[in-house]
Amino acid sequence: MKKKGSIMRSIAAAPHIFWAILFIVLPLIIVVYYAFTDGDGNFSFENITSLADYAPIFTLSVELAVIATFVCLIVGYPLAYIIAKARPERQRFYIMLLMLPMWTNLLIRTYSIMAILDDGGFLNTILGTTMHIVGTKGAVIFGMVYDFLPYMVLPIYTCISKIDKNMWEAASDLGCKPVQVMTRVIFPLSMSGIISGVTMVLVPSISTFYISQKLGGGTFELIGDTIERQFVTGALNTGAAISLVMMVLIIISLTVMNRFSDSDEGGIIV
Amino acid sequence: MKYFSKIYLVLIFGILYIPILTLILFSFNSANSTALFEGFSLRWYVELFNSPDTFEALRNTLILAVLSSLIATVIGTAAAEGIYKMRSKLLKGAITSVTNVPMMNPDIVTGMSMMLFFVAVAAILGVTYEDMGFFAMLIAHVTFCLPYVILSVLPRINELGDSLSEAALDLGCTPMQAFFKVKLPNIMPGVLSGMVMAFTMSLDDFVISYFVGSSNFQTLPLLIYSMTKKKVTPDMYALSTLIVVTIFILLIISNIKSGKKVDNSKKAGARK
Amino acid sequence: MAKLIELKGISKSFDGEKVLDSIDFYIRDGEFVTLLGPSGCGKTTMLRIIGGFETADEGSLYFDGAEISEVPAHKRHINTVFQKYALFPHLNVYENIAFPLRLKKVPEEDIKTKVAEMLSMVKLSGFENKSVSTLSGGQQQRVAIARALISHPKVILLDEPLGALDLKLRKDMQSELKSIQQAIGITFVYVTHDQEEALSMSDTIAVISEGEIQQIGTPTDIYNEPKNAFVADFIGESNIVDGIMLEDNRVKFSGHIFDCVDGGFDKNEPVDVVVRPEDVDVVPTDKGMLTGMVTSVTFKGVHYEIIVDIRGFKWMIQSTDYVAPEATIGLYIEPDAIHIMKKSKYSGMFGDYSSFSDEMDRLSDADTAEEF
Repeated sequence: MKKKGSIMRSIAAAPHIFWAILFIVLPLIIVVYYAFTDGDGNFSFENITSLADYAPIFTLSVELAVIATFVCLIVGYPLAYIIAKARPERQRFYIMLLMLPMWTNLLIRTYSIMAILDDGGFLNTILGTTMHIVGTKGAVIFGMVYDFLPYMVLPIYTCISKIDKNMWEAASDLGCKPVQVMTRVIFPLSMSGIISGVTMVLVPSISTFYISQKLGGGTFELIGDTIERQFVTGALNTGAAISLVMMVLIIISLTVMNRFSDSDEGGIIV
Repeated sequence: MKYFSKIYLVLIFGILYIPILTLILFSFNSANSTALFEGFSLRWYVELFNSPDTFEALRNTLILAVLSSLIATVIGTAAAEGIYKMRSKLLKGAITSVTNVPMMNPDIVTGMSMMLFFVAVAAILGVTYEDMGFFAMLIAHVTFCLPYVILSVLPRINELGDSLSEAALDLGCTPMQAFFKVKLPNIMPGVLSGMVMAFTMSLDDFVISYFVGSSNFQTLPLLIYSMTKKKVTPDMYALSTLIVVTIFILLIISNIKSGKKVDNSKKAGARK
Repeated sequence: MAKLIELKGISKSFDGEKVLDSIDFYIRDGEFVTLLGPSGCGKTTMLRIIGGFETADEGSLYFDGAEISEVPAHKRHINTVFQKYALFPHLNVYENIAFPLRLKKVPEEDIKTKVAEMLSMVKLSGFENKSVSTLSGGQQQRVAIARALISHPKVILLDEPLGALDLKLRKDMQSELKSIQQAIGITFVYVTHDQEEALSMSDTIAVISEGEIQQIGTPTDIYNEPKNAFVADFIGESNIVDGIMLEDNRVKFSGHIFDCVDGGFDKNEPVDVVVRPEDVDVVPTDKGMLTGMVTSVTFKGVHYEIIVDIRGFKWMIQSTDYVAPEATIGLYIEPDAIHIMKKSKYSGMFGDYSSFSDEMDRLSDADTAEEF
């Protein structure tokens, strides 16, 4: 009787649980199934073992994504800090400015960068130069930073603006020089924001295919491109295998980062 | 320091906005170029409005966004209430982790998994993949919108606690009435912001739609993608400009509204 | 004792509202000084100016004889115990307390012994590795005190440090703070709105209202010889009535002429007369100097709190003897129980017990407003 009562309490969650099992869990199981079968449905490790061929692509994707995330952090942290310390009405304005590009479709944003940086593009036309930018690693990284910077700034901003105002005063009261206030107190306290910012930039950077298609000028292939190619050519088993590996890698790194921040201050990462 | 802050803000926001501003500029270009501005004209807007593809894609996108955000809001709000009442921490944790999967997972993996799922469903039902076009899209969009709704409603419910619903029950409400008459109005801001978030997520989604969608249900991002595959003409810029301007206006309106609310609460506080 | 901190003509405004109005005040070395006043009176701003978190608009601030208005907080030999403790959540108890020493690059061995010393002083030995967020309010308070004291500042500023604690714990912490202060002999500047706390802990109290210092003195001075109606009402309970000083040692109020021990006023000068509730004796009507009707009696444990209507003015009397409501009683007041104050801008605002709070007054105002 009591047990029934406790189930009834949460009955409102039932449609969602049903939905999640059917449309989240089941599709992931199907991915696993595809990853371990061949085209005829027979069990096979071949998809996974053949991934060794893609190792250079994995490495390149991780490299570019990590650099882009790092640049986002270096550029984004001061921005988040400046916004968080501005007057409240200014803060709202800056956050709006930051959100607007985010609400503009990613394809459009990426494409407009390409149109600017392209060999015969706006930048070269204005300057009268013939710089070759599109097709370099730098252009791809720039695209990632440009597209995902707001994802880094917003969680850090939220985190800094929630830090008790007394922390600044307490730190300088106890003898911190202005730089030490940042390094010893504020930076460690904004760690949870940094970690969720890093996650929110790293994940889409590592899996993007549009940015590399447009700004890579067809010179690079990243994991995202590979999955997309398998999808377009109908090689679903290999595509599923690559997706599975990528998912596992990301779950592992997120868990590690979560642990890291939990032990620090018990923040919840979104 | 103040100087540095100002310069830094101008610099970053400048870089952030230059591409968008160039895009707007070239949408008014009289020539068919995205690099050389030759004169002001509205020809790309005229061309855009004469294209039936654009309107169909726009209609599809809006229908999809409205339906998926509404469904996600209803299921998600109920789910948040259910999760709040759940006693078992283990179950709570399991459900929230599963819910967050589409948010944590790269879109490309979610897209891939749902596509494979619908391939299987089509095989079982004995229909072609194209037959499911709209429904597959709708289900996929609701699925990736759900976590955003739950994430914005659940904290509100936690914050509100039990005392209000208990007061309502004490005054004679049935549990249903207590939820709809007392709890829901109080968590409304969370529900609304969850819905808005879901709506924009759906509006903006390209990757998952690209994998799940089929040729007979085109949305705006899919249309843009297919347009950018070829050499782009400024009519896409015109389309993008319209989208940017619409969002800009919406943002300003919501900003002014929330700004007024802040002012009012300030005044109320000052009177005390 | 030498003046350690001195404020000269300090003024401060926020958004055009004057919070401090040319404050002159000094604090002696080794003193326990309390800034006492209702919320919004400017006491916290005064503390923050001393701590270096606000800069005064006008006036100068001296520390050990040197002007320090321009010295930033981290270079002042003054540490603060913040209202909500402001412990660093990313550091454990040990690291919080060690924080100021680490900045000074003190060798690890010294840090260890000093932190251990501090922990035992605040009775938290064994809590080194605990996370500060798991501590109770009282324990957090102790950590904050240890952290402020470890670098041996000359002054500790405490901003309502006990405000968040429950009553019993607060009393314990009061005596503990006082004994810590006496043991290490450094200056404490303490901000509170709780008059009982101020009376029991301080060497010197400064009563502040509306950005001005109303009175500076020892706890007994302030209680027994309040300077104006604000101080008399804020510190303890007081009946404050209008009176006329006929001549030295003779005052007339409530229709009766009393002997008293105060003098130095003009002939027939209007004055405020303070009588503490515990100094009034209840006697039979024929022996009373004043007579009145009892309007309410409340049992308070040690005594009864009796409200008596005397010529339309409600007096509060504390008596261990029970009297019946609506009885007519006589009141007897000894000459040394009567304290005479000069008229001030606070005259007539306090000291009538028709109601206890301003809010009740406002509510009854609303009633009358509706009636008319």
